[in-house]
Amino acid sequence: MRSVPVAWCFVAPALLVIVVFFFVPVVAALALSLTDFDIYALADGRNLRVVGLGNYAQLLQTPLFWRAFGNTLYFVAVGVPLTIAVSFGTALLLHSRLVRFQAFFRTALFAPVVTTLVAVAVIWRYLYNPHYGLLNYALGRIGLPPVDWLGDPRWAMPAIILFAVWKNFGYNMIIILTGLQSIPEPLYEAARIDGASTWRQFRHVTLPMLAPIVAMVNVLTVAGYFQLFAEPYVMTQGGPLQSTVSVLYFMYEEGFKWWNLGSASAVAFLLFVFIFAVTVLQLRLARWEYAP
Amino acid sequence: MIPGLAAALVNGLLVGSAAITLLPLVWMLSVSLMSPGEASAFPPPLLPSRPTLANYRELFAHAGMGRYLLNSVVLTTAVTLGSLLFNVAGGYAFAKLRFAGRDRIFKVLLSALVIPAQVAMVPLFLLLKQLGLVNTYGGVIVPALASIFGMFVVRQYALSVPDDLLEAARIDGASELRIFRSVIVPVLRPIIVTLAVFTSLGTWNEFMWPLIVLNDSDLYTLPVALASLSREHVQDNELMMAGSVLTTAPVLLVFLGLQRYYIRGLMLGSIKE
Repeated sequence: MRSVPVAWCFVAPALLVIVVFFFVPVVAALALSLTDFDIYALADGRNLRVVGLGNYAQLLQTPLFWRAFGNTLYFVAVGVPLTIAVSFGTALLLHSRLVRFQAFFRTALFAPVVTTLVAVAVIWRYLYNPHYGLLNYALGRIGLPPVDWLGDPRWAMPAIILFAVWKNFGYNMIIILTGLQSIPEPLYEAARIDGASTWRQFRHVTLPMLAPIVAMVNVLTVAGYFQLFAEPYVMTQGGPLQSTVSVLYFMYEEGFKWWNLGSASAVAFLLFVFIFAVTVLQLRLARWEYAP
Repeated sequence: MIPGLAAALVNGLLVGSAAITLLPLVWMLSVSLMSPGEASAFPPPLLPSRPTLANYRELFAHAGMGRYLLNSVVLTTAVTLGSLLFNVAGGYAFAKLRFAGRDRIFKVLLSALVIPAQVAMVPLFLLLKQLGLVNTYGGVIVPALASIFGMFVVRQYALSVPDDLLEAARIDGASELRIFRSVIVPVLRPIIVTLAVFTSLGTWNEFMWPLIVLNDSDLYTLPVALASLSREHVQDNELMMAGSVLTTAPVLLVFLGLQRYYIRGLMLGSIKE
């Protein structure tokens, strides 16, 4: 094999970027979260004080932080199962042998995933318009009263969830569809020879074969949904009555609106630790459930 | 169930889901062609009475859309080309070249994939401020020049390149740089295209980081500009829909053209866990 320096020439540029602009900042975020770095320290480093776990203690006593945490949990707890259910349903439809124009439908259902989040959030804000929006018009046509989707604190988060399902379900759909296509046909043949109905084939062949993929999709979606930010930023600015302030939205305002950068780092770290814990928990559960 | 009925049900459900999925996008296009104020009516009009490009003209003439479009194109191109160079070289080295600590370093990189990018954002902002890169194109480009995910997918693909191919080139006396250019890059072409599509769409759509690092409106990318415009022009629905079309049409077109490569990148991405 080749001499050492040549290999380093290839790998060093990328490693340097990742270390300087990712690893160092991550470590620095932990350090920063233990200081009172604010707009005065931004102007002059001598105003910086180490406050230990002060930021964390302060956050846990801040009602808006808990509000943001609760809102984000709501978004994840309702949004993830809904998204995966729609992904799963559409993947099954696409996989059906009866489908015509499968490629067209797959592309159409996947399209929202590649669109620009901000742009489609602007569209949906308009769809949700209480006076001229298509959604209330459709509700009216089937005899339901109009809803002030983004103006009512009870409806704002469900509206954002509905939008997120529309935007994201195609991603999981493609992965689940690929999983469906990779289930060996002989398994179904064997089940049919044993006289299993379509439902029993689904229950005893499709579901168990697909379980690891659904578990993985679940982990990815949960981690992604905890990072809710642009949707409330564009559609509601966290309102009404702070009903759509997410953890990252809170972090953004804390850090880049009020310049409490120490506190913002603490928020980011808490979110990371929480996502990490939830991910580990899900992987444990998945292993326990699907262990051979 | 009767076979014909089942087929009608499956296809009917798919037509329905596709219609619901595409409706917001079609409506965006339709409203963007309406004259100002036309869409603020009840019941909401589905098609423009007299299609017009007035909103697009207005965006370019008075809202600085040309500038934002340029920013987005420049940043997306720079990040895509730069990160391709860094990630392809790095991923290839991790797969095919020997150096001290290679596998250990790679393991560390992989485990770092669980850290959300937002954790690094506050210190990254301070670092870039020190470097004088806040409020410059560099603030978006430089941190994006390499990615763990990018190196990972290149490495996975490069692992399947036979060593004999490299050895043969070495015996012929080719330099490592030459081997990379004339042997490796052609072989890695499919994964390079996949990564290019993935990176360019991701950079184009990126919102939170450009929002933080670009404060000067002359440097706004399309998503940042659109978010800011939509706060100013809450009532100008036709104008905002035209802005949304301009922002999202390029990525949709690229996706439609290079779907095959995009879907492959998505599959690779989901395996990363």
